[in-house]
Amino acid sequence: MKSSSPATLDIISNTAGTVFSCGGAWTLSYLSHIASTLESHHPISTITWDITNLTELDSAGIALWNLYSRTFKKEGFTSTIVGSKDEHLRLYHLLYPHPKEDVLPPKRRGCLYTLGRETHRSLQGIGHFLDFLGEVFVVLIYSMRHPSTIRYRSISSHIVTAGFDALPIIAVSSFLIGVVIAFQSVVQLQKFGADILIVDMIGISLTRELAPLITAIVIAGRSGSAFTAQIGAMKMTQEIDAMKTMGFHPYLFLVWPRVIALMIVLPLLIFFADIIGIFGGMVIANTQSHLSYTEFINRLQGALPIKHFIIGIVKGPFFAVLIALVGTYRGFQVSSNTESIGQYTTKSVVNSIFLVIACDALFSILLTELKL
Amino acid sequence: MMNPIVIDVRDIVTTFGENLIHDSISCTIRENEIYALLGGSGSGKSTLLREMIMLGTPTSGSIHVFGENIANLSLIEAQKLRRKWGVLFQSGALYSSLTVGENIALLYEEYTDLPPNLIHELIKLKIDLVGLPAHAIHLYPSELSGGMVKRASLARALALDPKLLFLDEPTSGLDPLSSRQFDALIRQLRDLLGLTVVMVTHDLDTIHHIVDRFALLGEKKVIAQGTLDEVLAINHPIIDYFFQKGTHGIQS
Repeated sequence: MKSSSPATLDIISNTAGTVFSCGGAWTLSYLSHIASTLESHHPISTITWDITNLTELDSAGIALWNLYSRTFKKEGFTSTIVGSKDEHLRLYHLLYPHPKEDVLPPKRRGCLYTLGRETHRSLQGIGHFLDFLGEVFVVLIYSMRHPSTIRYRSISSHIVTAGFDALPIIAVSSFLIGVVIAFQSVVQLQKFGADILIVDMIGISLTRELAPLITAIVIAGRSGSAFTAQIGAMKMTQEIDAMKTMGFHPYLFLVWPRVIALMIVLPLLIFFADIIGIFGGMVIANTQSHLSYTEFINRLQGALPIKHFIIGIVKGPFFAVLIALVGTYRGFQVSSNTESIGQYTTKSVVNSIFLVIACDALFSILLTELKL
Repeated sequence: MMNPIVIDVRDIVTTFGENLIHDSISCTIRENEIYALLGGSGSGKSTLLREMIMLGTPTSGSIHVFGENIANLSLIEAQKLRRKWGVLFQSGALYSSLTVGENIALLYEEYTDLPPNLIHELIKLKIDLVGLPAHAIHLYPSELSGGMVKRASLARALALDPKLLFLDEPTSGLDPLSSRQFDALIRQLRDLLGLTVVMVTHDLDTIHHIVDRFALLGEKKVIAQGTLDEVLAINHPIIDYFFQKGTHGIQS
């Protein structure tokens, strides 16, 4: 590349005529100060652009010239150009074959419009989700009448990825929850000399509420998001369309295996979280309150009625259905641009965690009313 | 008189693990020519293009672009060099969260300190230059057709007035008429802006109509390099196969 001298602009202005004499390279990298000079200049007479001394000219230079000769024309001063070379003219005719029209960006709507649109959209969203649910259950009934259409292989692979592979993270998080609960309770219970009640505290709170909730939240973040991303990616690459044309119902192939796998796996994971969480509490009870492991387990047998454990486990399949259906539903909503995959994955996780918590609250109210 | 050399590829060897892609490939691309890299699927032409634009590194050998060895550039020198070329990716690779106008504006905002009204004027110029309708400036990539995506992507590649343009399969996925229009546009830009164009293509019509010289890759090597007539004069099974000599392919 030849080195070029920066662009220059000398303005000689009087009432008889204004001469802009341009020199150097009018290229992208040198034009900002020229633009500011022209911006602040208000001509008082007809303009002549003298470009005899230009060494280089690119599209930015031409755009700049055109932009300001139009501006000056609006102020009532026409421009002429002298000293242009052939190459300048060719470039000019390439870039400005006809006058450019200005297209205004789409109008921004008022906040009332946005509010209305968003409300309409969320109502529509509920309708779409019910639509999805309906079709999913129609497919379920069909596949129950034709058991050969159940995708056992797919179910088992999802059991491994959504269940078995999640064991480490479930173990760590439930252990920590056990530790946290134990730590907080020990301090309070010691004030009343009721150290031994820590066993009841940990046993009941973990098995009935915390283990199911923590497990469901971890799985919503881990598998719910994965379901959305997998199905969304398949939708973008037209794999879903391909399945439809071959007569494979995507809900049968993609939705139900995930729902069933999660329904099988979540109660098992909750059971696993129960054990590890109680173990975490036990370790803290031992170190903080000198309660031996045998004493803890002896006490636990009396303090923890089986119903709490069963209630915790029973929540599992309900949470599983919510997580898997929301995850797959959001996956099917992904459109063809790359951004929407992230958008719907976020929505899927947020929705499923919210629904899990709401469902848990419903369980609490229902079971308390039933005196369980 | 021969034009100066813009890209000089010397003895490139590329391996992916055990897999040998290029076995000592050399070619030279001169200023102001439209140069094509041809070859069957898997012949490593896209890999070679990626190595030229510093998206991949060859196992051995050297590539000089504008006289600089791209393997030994400092971070700043590499950035400077990248500003001298524009790349059109096969699928367009427009940023999907930005409108067409914003996709182009990004480069001006990052690399120049031009005032907004001039940037806007330049964007309109580029959009018009590549033959997009004026309202395309406010459209998102997902709202464009395949041909429009290619044109918008070309407008973005041309934003900084590069001297060198890389095109990865510019006419793939376009209908024959759009392909020919795109070819004509490329040639017009080459003639008027003095561009050097390097492209990977499969399109025999493109090769016939606008490509000046090309390299045919096959069997991990450059089988032939030169103008269409020069290459067609060589007797080689891959050349015969590629140009479908004697059937409905190109007649020299």
